[in-house]
Amino acid sequence: MAYPETRNAEVERRVADEYRWGFVTDIEQETVPKGLNEDVIRLISAKKHEPEFMLDWRLRAYRHWLTLTEPTWSSVHHPPIDYQDIHYYSAPKTRAQPKDLSEVDPELLRTYEKLGIPLQEREALAGVAVDAVFDSVSVATTFKDKLESLGIIFCSFSEAVQKYPELVRHYLGSVVPYTDNYFATLNSAVFTDGSFVYVPKGVRCPMELSTYFRINAKNSGQFERTLIIADEGAYVSYLEGCTAPMRDENQLHAAVVELIALTDARIKYSTVQNWYPGDAEGRGGIYNFVTKRGECRGDRAHISWTQVETGSAITWKYPSCILRGDDSVGEFYSVALTNHRQQADTGTKMIHIGRNTRSSIVSKGISAGFGSNAYRGLVKVLPSAANARNHTQCDSLLMSDHCAAHTFPYIEVKHPSARVEHEATTSKIGDDQLFYLRSRGLSEEDAVNLIVNGFCKEVFKELPMEFAVEAQKLLAVSLEGAIG
Amino acid sequence: MLHIENLHVSIDGKSILTGIDLDVKAGEVHAIMGPNGSGKSTLAQVLAGREGYVVTAGSVRYLGHDLLALEPEQRARAGVFLAFQYPLEIPGVANVQLLRAALNNLRRARGENELDAMDFLDTVKSKLALLGMDDSFLYRAVNEGFSGGEKKRNEILQMAVLEPRLAILDETDSGLDIDALKTVAHGVNALKHPERAVILVTHYQRLLNYIVPDHVHVLAGGRIVRSGDARLALELEDKGYGWLAPDVQGNVQGDVQGDVPMEAPREGRL
Repeated sequence: MAYPETRNAEVERRVADEYRWGFVTDIEQETVPKGLNEDVIRLISAKKHEPEFMLDWRLRAYRHWLTLTEPTWSSVHHPPIDYQDIHYYSAPKTRAQPKDLSEVDPELLRTYEKLGIPLQEREALAGVAVDAVFDSVSVATTFKDKLESLGIIFCSFSEAVQKYPELVRHYLGSVVPYTDNYFATLNSAVFTDGSFVYVPKGVRCPMELSTYFRINAKNSGQFERTLIIADEGAYVSYLEGCTAPMRDENQLHAAVVELIALTDARIKYSTVQNWYPGDAEGRGGIYNFVTKRGECRGDRAHISWTQVETGSAITWKYPSCILRGDDSVGEFYSVALTNHRQQADTGTKMIHIGRNTRSSIVSKGISAGFGSNAYRGLVKVLPSAANARNHTQCDSLLMSDHCAAHTFPYIEVKHPSARVEHEATTSKIGDDQLFYLRSRGLSEEDAVNLIVNGFCKEVFKELPMEFAVEAQKLLAVSLEGAIG
Repeated sequence: MLHIENLHVSIDGKSILTGIDLDVKAGEVHAIMGPNGSGKSTLAQVLAGREGYVVTAGSVRYLGHDLLALEPEQRARAGVFLAFQYPLEIPGVANVQLLRAALNNLRRARGENELDAMDFLDTVKSKLALLGMDDSFLYRAVNEGFSGGEKKRNEILQMAVLEPRLAILDETDSGLDIDALKTVAHGVNALKHPERAVILVTHYQRLLNYIVPDHVHVLAGGRIVRSGDARLALELEDKGYGWLAPDVQGNVQGDVQGDVPMEAPREGRL
């Protein structure tokens, strides 16, 4: 089938639509001077009243980081990052430790309202607890009481360090060690806050846990650290959603997420990422270098990653699963969209160690404008992993004549009984499809959205309902006028 | 309802239609017949608003609109429906999703309320029953993995749900077995109404055994070379297109065994 070039003035115009969530909240920030050295790390640790083991860990990470160089193996390109030109700590000056929303800075709450997440309403919405992160400090946590009655811990990372130091000490860095990679190591040295979840044995968390991240301080890199532990037989579903205000300077984001699922436990981690992607010429936008990894540490454990990535100038992210327990299962469902000059190099790693481990990968890449989209995935079956199974499905959808889609599958199999399957397709939204839908009365925009939603269906169905709706809207906004 | 005057159309600088005149009144069924390459499908596509077809002369009025000035979706909302010769696949999008989006778009355009999920399902299921089609059609992705006959029936289902004022069927009968052909005919006959009109673009006469046209036009070399009533189609069946368009060959009577090539009739068979 031939794909004639599509031209449409309406569509071109819509491409030019500006990022809708670009605004800066005017709040006094308490900021540490730019630059990184041991003193800054000591200062961060002191400001957070951390125990000695945390400071030691940070310093070890920092000293290791000094020996590393930035990785260059991915397909993304960006000007060199000056790590001394970044503020490593900034916190909104609010009254200490708000007990409820009435104590939270109203300006901050208005910011969330602009983002469409008014906390008061969220609180009322059944089933969703929100741990909102504004720059580096958590400002409000809701539904805590209900969770506490089940023994579930859901709090900011800083609070966990104070209240549950033994849990933090036991699990922190056990999946992503501070030596893991350049960005994870940097994060280990300087992370300021994040979320902590512990679900005790046999407890099924009755609500989706959700966090909204937001980068606001000028030139402040954001280094989040999330640690989620599901004890034996526990279940938890965690939602992460992000938007960021518009600005010209590139902002570095290097988060680390660690998931630990013990025997018979299940963790479902869903992300909708909508950080500022830069303007149509590629100016500005977030650099998102994230390390996310989960370990199925016990038998029959199950970890599932679902992500919808529509934002950031650069996305460098490989949510992975270490399948250590026998019969454990890892899943990765991804939609990554790049428009304008966005670059995404994303995928997963499935490391099969236990017997009868299974993994499945569904990756949907959408490239529009001058966007570049790469799937990079590793499926590794170790000699211990008898009867390991993997199925990978990688689909790319092209929406312009200038965009790019790449697939880099790496497969390493060390056991003869393994079965590994890889399927890949590339297609382009055709004039014929658009005409067909328009001749049924759909506008061009609706037609594009319908086709794209169809393309992403396998991933969207993995998202919790309210998130799936949000993801569809986000995709529609991100794709406005993307044909051309 | 539809008034085509001296329509000239070219594609990539090549002249395809060279002066079509056609008048379709409400309540009428017109059959446009003709050999391959005569411009039948081009006419259907131009009426629906396909890009890439350049109107070099002439005009098309539809219910008082300058049809050619409207975008494809505006034409659809004004009641024009084209059943595609080659319906497109939309992977991952359930039929029911497209039908609902399309119907509610048309209803909004007509100033009517959108149907909620329950009312919509009732409407669609009554149409399925009318066409003798299975409910499972609704939940399959649009045309994905459909057989040729299923795709054509799906077009008729869309037509039945959207209830157009002017339905244009572009070789919907090609390649159908006798049962599917009857479904198509049934769908069209059920749509007949004094306020509606149907244009059947077809290569073969056999569909006209089930849908009796008020007017038959023979297209050859980009223009209508003969118009008549239903008897013209029968005459064509006897004499072949060579009778009216000496440069072309081809049979008029369809093969009803269900394995007819969609693109071209086999020469020398009758």
